[in-house]
Amino acid sequence: MKWEVVIGLEVHTQLTTQSKIFSGASTAFGAEPNTQTAVVDIALPGALPVMNKAAVEKAIQFGLAIGAKVNRRSVFARKNYFYPDLPKGYQISQFELPVVEGGAITINVDGVDKVINLTRAHLEEDAGKSVHEGLHDGTGIDLNRAGTPLLEIVSEPEMRSAAEAVAYAKALYSLVTWIGICDGNMQEGSFRCDVNVSVRPQGQAEFGTRREIKNLNSFKFIEQAIAAEVRYQIELIEDGGKVQQATVLFNPDTGETRAMRSKEDAHDYRYFPDPDLPPLVIGEDWIERVRSALPELPATMQTRFVGVYGIPAYDAVTLTASKALAAYYEATVAAGADAKLASNWIMGDISATLNREEKDISASPVSSEALAGLIKRVMDSTINNKTAKDVLRKMWDEGLAADAIIERDGLKQETDTGAIEAIVDAVLAANPKAIEEYRSGKEKALNALVGQVMKGSGGKANPAMALELLKKKVG
Amino acid sequence: MIESSLKQLAAALAAKQISAVELATEFLNRAEQYNGALNAFITLDKQKTLAEALAADQARANGPVGPLAGIPVAHKDIFCQEGWRTTCGSKMLGNFVSPYSAHVIEQCRAAGLVTLGRTNMDEFAMGSSNENSYFGAVKNPWDGAAVPGGSSGGSATAVAARLAPIATGTDTGGSIRQPASFCGITGIKPTYGVVSRFGMIAYASSLDQGGPMGKSAEDCALLLNVMAGFDARDATSLAREREDYARDLDRPLAGLRIGLPKEYFAEGLAQDVAAAIDAAIGEYKKLGATVVEISLPNTKLAIPSYYVIAPAEASSNLSRFDGVRYGHRAAQFEGLNGMYEQSRAEGFGWEVKRRILTGTYVLSHGYYDAYYLQAQKIRRLIANDFQAAFEQCDVIAGPVAPTTAWNLGEKSDDPVAMYLADIYTLGVNLAGLPAMSVPVGFGSTGRPVGLQLIGNYFSEARLLNAAHQFQLATDWHTRTPEL
Repeated sequence: MKWEVVIGLEVHTQLTTQSKIFSGASTAFGAEPNTQTAVVDIALPGALPVMNKAAVEKAIQFGLAIGAKVNRRSVFARKNYFYPDLPKGYQISQFELPVVEGGAITINVDGVDKVINLTRAHLEEDAGKSVHEGLHDGTGIDLNRAGTPLLEIVSEPEMRSAAEAVAYAKALYSLVTWIGICDGNMQEGSFRCDVNVSVRPQGQAEFGTRREIKNLNSFKFIEQAIAAEVRYQIELIEDGGKVQQATVLFNPDTGETRAMRSKEDAHDYRYFPDPDLPPLVIGEDWIERVRSALPELPATMQTRFVGVYGIPAYDAVTLTASKALAAYYEATVAAGADAKLASNWIMGDISATLNREEKDISASPVSSEALAGLIKRVMDSTINNKTAKDVLRKMWDEGLAADAIIERDGLKQETDTGAIEAIVDAVLAANPKAIEEYRSGKEKALNALVGQVMKGSGGKANPAMALELLKKKVG
Repeated sequence: MIESSLKQLAAALAAKQISAVELATEFLNRAEQYNGALNAFITLDKQKTLAEALAADQARANGPVGPLAGIPVAHKDIFCQEGWRTTCGSKMLGNFVSPYSAHVIEQCRAAGLVTLGRTNMDEFAMGSSNENSYFGAVKNPWDGAAVPGGSSGGSATAVAARLAPIATGTDTGGSIRQPASFCGITGIKPTYGVVSRFGMIAYASSLDQGGPMGKSAEDCALLLNVMAGFDARDATSLAREREDYARDLDRPLAGLRIGLPKEYFAEGLAQDVAAAIDAAIGEYKKLGATVVEISLPNTKLAIPSYYVIAPAEASSNLSRFDGVRYGHRAAQFEGLNGMYEQSRAEGFGWEVKRRILTGTYVLSHGYYDAYYLQAQKIRRLIANDFQAAFEQCDVIAGPVAPTTAWNLGEKSDDPVAMYLADIYTLGVNLAGLPAMSVPVGFGSTGRPVGLQLIGNYFSEARLLNAAHQFQLATDWHTRTPEL
């Protein structure tokens, strides 16, 4: 039987506010346990929550960025359950009326665009953490994180493969960091994904029973966890079993998902509107203020890149993975580099080197101006592409401009026909078989000889000129 | 001195006829003398009180001070107060010393009021008789066999027995008005949002409201001036201009339209209470008021609506008492759930458990629409009833409770009978209106009767005016029990 995979994501993005969502305590990461806690965060008797407007503003930004409806009136609700890291015994969240409804994000998998619709995004507070390290006996509680603002972004179950789910997560990640509502630090839990997975026979209309994989904090884990979960569900059904609704955890060490709790022991959260917080009312003027301050969004920028720079859509998507990368690209072109060459170099050697050195584009030792300087030397045939790669390497390591390295190392491409002619003659003399093949109609036979000419010239020959000369002499 | 009004005490302090330390000492001595019998205070701390009194005297010596500086006030043990044990009448918080102060406390301290002690109350403000206190029942000073009412029974008794010149209370379903009525004192529950709930331990957040309890309407007005005010730390606190609640006290009542809800005078109202209320209405007519019969048709529904909404909110509000960070934690337990279960089983009393269970039930999946949503709809109807009534009258008058104070133990085994006794007070909280209790006489067993005055939103000054004018013409509020 052929199976179809159905995936929906719930992503918890930590919002970049200075203080917590309902208290004035700092949200900075990594402080001594329980030092960033106001009376609300410890849930002392009589403590009351007060809405942090900065968190609401970030939710509005997100809503506008995905073309969603920003609800003029939304309601905070209490989600009741007992856990030591949940000091009030309830989490303040939004239930029936979230701040953002609808919206969509376009993903691109294997060159094909797909629109993923969003269900909603709602504001809520994070819980604290249980601490075991350094404690001989028992469990400690650190409430520094309690009350950190989160925007939970819920997609429709519209993804049909792990690749689509990862593409969605990446697109969402790119967007929230792009508009600056999330710092994107996945190690510190700023962007955490819950993935709902089910399978159904191809062609079946109803969804299968889903299991929810909790708390994945890397794109790699999302991919691995979905693969493992899909394998599990299909094997189970094919063996005559039935998938039971459950919450599962992914263990990256074993590569397996394991059930945490089943539907039977699912909590009854007893949601009800929080009487301590009046409904959140967002006026038109506030929305307009946020709208006018929004940066150009990735999707808009991609369209502009294709239109203005004439680069392929794939390049435009890659170059807009982050605001810094897009800015780097635009600056390179503005400094005189050919738009497509700039794209090739940035997606190619620059990105590869950055990845290898685990650096961000903002930390690139080769500035956009310097890269443009290099590309211009390729454009005017001063050096060929292969030499240019070596020059970039040296620019990277030594911090010098392309021209300085070309000059110092004498890398200027040989355009003196006489000097190249001698090398061409020598190469032809040593390869009579290739000449024969070419004359008998095998056009490509001479291409192999270009390499030998290049080698003979120490890389300085212009390959196009070398080919032309070869043809002239043989023909 | 113990019979003096706040104004008289303030004048004596200003004239240096008495010091704050002397005043505090006098009331402390009385409190210590009678608390054994009345159990009005959970905590008395002479040292702390006298330190505050001394500071008030020094502040006065150093320059101008507020009008109530140096006057002692007894605080209901529901307002968190830095450095003071704040128990909320519960074993759960039996050893809880608050690291911060409620807005009400901050304002009282800033005004120079001296903390006389912390008054007894029904556990977490749940009760109408003050028998639900972990620290034992409070006695009605008029009759040791009678309950003082609840949940602010300690504050009511302290004022009635003149152990304190004034006290703070809170009112979620009648908890200021009903004990004021049972103890023959004056108390006002302001419009929801006038007094900040910050630091006031929550019972039912959408209903809770703090207010003053005193010997007279004038005293209540003066303390309300201190207690009220916008507080950004309470999202339900109303950002309004400060107002002087005593500004209208001297206004004549001619032309005041009093509405008498027929539902408040129907079956269930005790004869002796009805007689005292009738007499008071007669007095108001003499003062120039006119009377009109009105209807609040959904009065009876206030009881089921309240006893769904309040427990629902309470079940969630009280979840923080889990033994993890502060409060009672069982000595013996197994596992995490065992810790919760054992700590809460030991820390909460029966009425609190009953309301937590009720609240948990009505919020449960499958019951929410039938109970909680339905109760909220009734709540809207009740609020609408009042708005319709206020088109015909300025103030609504009626009894606070169907009977005078009942006997200790009389309704302890019948929670529903106890709930039914709240019938005239609950609607006010559901609608968020201001209302007060004014002493208007005594019932057949010599226990006090209170008249309830209900006003429209933000009409506190008008209510206090109506009560004050009545008190100028009568002396019920000056009667004191023999101790």
